[in-house]
Amino acid sequence: MFDALSDRLERIAGRLRGRGRLSEADLDEALADISTALLEADVEQGVVRGFTEAVRARCVGAALSKSLTPGQQVIKAVHEELVRVLGGEALRLTYASRPPTVVLLAGLQGSGKTTTAAKLAQWWKQQGRHPMLVGADLQRPAAVEQLRVLGAQAGVTVFSEPSDPVRVARAGLAEARRLGRDVCIVDTAGRLAIDEALMREVRDISRAVEPHYTFLVVDAMTGQDAVATASAFHATLELDGVIVTKLDGDARGGAALSVKEVVGRPIVFASTGEKLGDFDLFHPDRMADRILGMGDVLSLIEQAERTMDEEVVARSASRLLSGRFTLEDLVEQLQQVKKLGSLGGIMKLLPGMSKDVRAAADQIDDREVNRVEAIVRSMTPAERVEPAIIDGSRRLRIARGSGTSTQDVNQLLKQFKEMQKLMRGAGGPGAPGGMGRLSGLLGGRLGGPGGGLPALGDPGAGGELSELLRGVGSGEGSGQPRLDPPSRPGRVPPAGQRNKKKKGGRVTPPKAR
Amino acid sequence: MVVAWIVISVVVALGVVTAVVVRTRHRPPSFEATESPEHPFEVEPSRPVEAAAPAGAVVEVRPAGWHDGLGKTRGAFSSLRALRRQTDLDTTGLGELRETLLGADVGVETTDLVLATLRERLGRRASGPGLLDALRAELLELLGQGDRTLHLLTEPGVTNVWLFVGVNGVGKTTTIGKVARQQMAAGRSVLLAAGDTFRAAAGEQLRLWAERSGADIVSGAEGGDPSAVVFDAIQRAAARGNDLVLADTAGRFHNRVNLVEELKKIRRIADRPPGAVSEVLLVLDATTGQNGVVQAREFAAAVGVTGIVLTKLDGTAKGGVVLAVQRVLGLPVKLVGVGEGPEDLLAFEPDAFVDALLGA
Repeated sequence: MFDALSDRLERIAGRLRGRGRLSEADLDEALADISTALLEADVEQGVVRGFTEAVRARCVGAALSKSLTPGQQVIKAVHEELVRVLGGEALRLTYASRPPTVVLLAGLQGSGKTTTAAKLAQWWKQQGRHPMLVGADLQRPAAVEQLRVLGAQAGVTVFSEPSDPVRVARAGLAEARRLGRDVCIVDTAGRLAIDEALMREVRDISRAVEPHYTFLVVDAMTGQDAVATASAFHATLELDGVIVTKLDGDARGGAALSVKEVVGRPIVFASTGEKLGDFDLFHPDRMADRILGMGDVLSLIEQAERTMDEEVVARSASRLLSGRFTLEDLVEQLQQVKKLGSLGGIMKLLPGMSKDVRAAADQIDDREVNRVEAIVRSMTPAERVEPAIIDGSRRLRIARGSGTSTQDVNQLLKQFKEMQKLMRGAGGPGAPGGMGRLSGLLGGRLGGPGGGLPALGDPGAGGELSELLRGVGSGEGSGQPRLDPPSRPGRVPPAGQRNKKKKGGRVTPPKAR
Repeated sequence: MVVAWIVISVVVALGVVTAVVVRTRHRPPSFEATESPEHPFEVEPSRPVEAAAPAGAVVEVRPAGWHDGLGKTRGAFSSLRALRRQTDLDTTGLGELRETLLGADVGVETTDLVLATLRERLGRRASGPGLLDALRAELLELLGQGDRTLHLLTEPGVTNVWLFVGVNGVGKTTTIGKVARQQMAAGRSVLLAAGDTFRAAAGEQLRLWAERSGADIVSGAEGGDPSAVVFDAIQRAAARGNDLVLADTAGRFHNRVNLVEELKKIRRIADRPPGAVSEVLLVLDATTGQNGVVQAREFAAAVGVTGIVLTKLDGTAKGGVVLAVQRVLGLPVKLVGVGEGPEDLLAFEPDAFVDALLGA
């Protein structure tokens, strides 16, 4: 059901492979797939229609590029169009000549207005401003209390009083003036767009404080209703921008596209977590990736960034690739990976995992990892570096020490040796891709006797896509895939080797352009 | 061991790759970040949902009985019925039905499946007046008869716990407030466990609801261990002889591993005698799109959800994603939230729901 758009694009690219040019029928079929994927990402129907037409125009109008295949061209058009629609004109935040600059937040219940208000306050504080928060949500029990707590966390004054929302807003603004604050953020109660009384109320608040900026707060999980809500709020309040929240979930966030299209105002901020600091200006390219279904890997990378120890990872990475990977490194690495969460969960996040591998991932018991760790920990430092010295008596000691059997120890040593071999192969020039072979091994093992599995590496389709994505990413100009990190002597192996690894082991030379 | 080891080696290798990418990349990840999704994100087969109600005498609490004399949403639903009558059935083709379903967040796959079944059943008559009624019947069948009652164990010495879970901002605390009020009105003594120790003032919000309904409440320190709060609440309830503990939890995204682990722990603690978890209710926001299915699947896998509470159905959103949830996971909607007032919580009625879905 949640086929990522990237998956569909890959299939489209496969079909269009080898064609000199795009026929109308090819394009129709590709666009139908694209619109299904957008619907699954919660983009509103009308917006989907408009979007696919725009992509069509791009494809038909564009001159056939020499360096891109037709499939690549369609995908490039989709991505470009997404970024264009999501980005558009950015809102340049200016400040009122007579402070304070007044900001009004509105939205449905539970979209995250109160938290966003506090995040905004902290953001402005970091910009060197002196914000103040006004709690005009007198509807929800303890909403003002919540704002006070968050305000205290951000170190920002919070104003509210138990009267009515319009008076609170007006008094709050007066208070901000009195205190000489230059930004005044007004939080309002959540309301439904069809609740006339409450919509009138928010309009009255707006008239009372005459905000310089009115932001609609939209939950990234919102479905088709986003359009109705956004246009109703826009009609009542004349929005200046949109703030998308809850991007730390795994919703694709197609609502952002819908709202942007319908309201025609820029998405200004993105809220990505529960902490006050998890808030930043909106990046259209990130959102485009997310809608296209690449958010899973991204969230993994982000999680890795947060939790993994760079030094340790870098060290074992370079060792791994140079074939000097020891059992000691393995345990270090395992500990880093464990920080990311359960292995099964990680496996599912990784791209390029087949259904069967995913199914196997479900059955992984994280205690197995502990057993591996226990075995290695029961070895002497010398044994960890040079497993070949492990003889029968050492093996027995290790098994006893780790509470496992000698068979388990044997198994681990054997597998480790095989992996080392593979990694060495991956590093060597002209060797077949390590990951491909690794996955081959994996397929063989998992499938057991008789049943080979289509595991990680299916060089045909995957290679096509990665090549293709490279084409999109780097544009026509450079022949260098952008992913290529700058080579750092001493810490990382030569670029060529790493390159192969990252491409999932398929040695596909960059296209000559 | 073998399987695990292979998997580990792959994860290690890919972990390294990820790390290298992370380390060397200075710009935000973008389009080319996915290198080789030969088999990108796929839905795993629906897992059997663990039955949460333990064996024992089960008292069925019929939510339907709660709302006699409650006209608000009935009114809303019947106005939608009227709207439906106005629809010109003759011009309603399958394409239009598809748009209606998609617009209600039913999702592409479920929509196309329903329409395919419909086409098969009706054959050439797949147009004209009977179409909408046939679709209506089809949707009702999809929703099925599922168990929509709320369960209470009646064994002596057992303290019933209803656990409320969900992502951020769907209305868990508000729902608990309403459930507390209704259960108190039904003559049960209720104790609220303020298990949301994370969100600022969530405990305060629940305390106000406790005041309104006259329920007891146990809360802990902000930032404290929610399991401890739930444990204390059950001990207190057992000592005082409360019939039911309603446990609030902090909103959490199902993809945050640590927070899901925390939730599993809460459930384990709540199930420890004298406590017994007789309902795990997932609160879903009606405005939620297709992510609702993912939420339901992940929460069900983690804590064995027994039913859905669909909130904010008083707006323009139709909450059609619960059709997909029911189809894929077999989880029934048990309660419906239709406003902010204490009485705005209703038993789920498939008929009214489907009418509203097709109506406007």
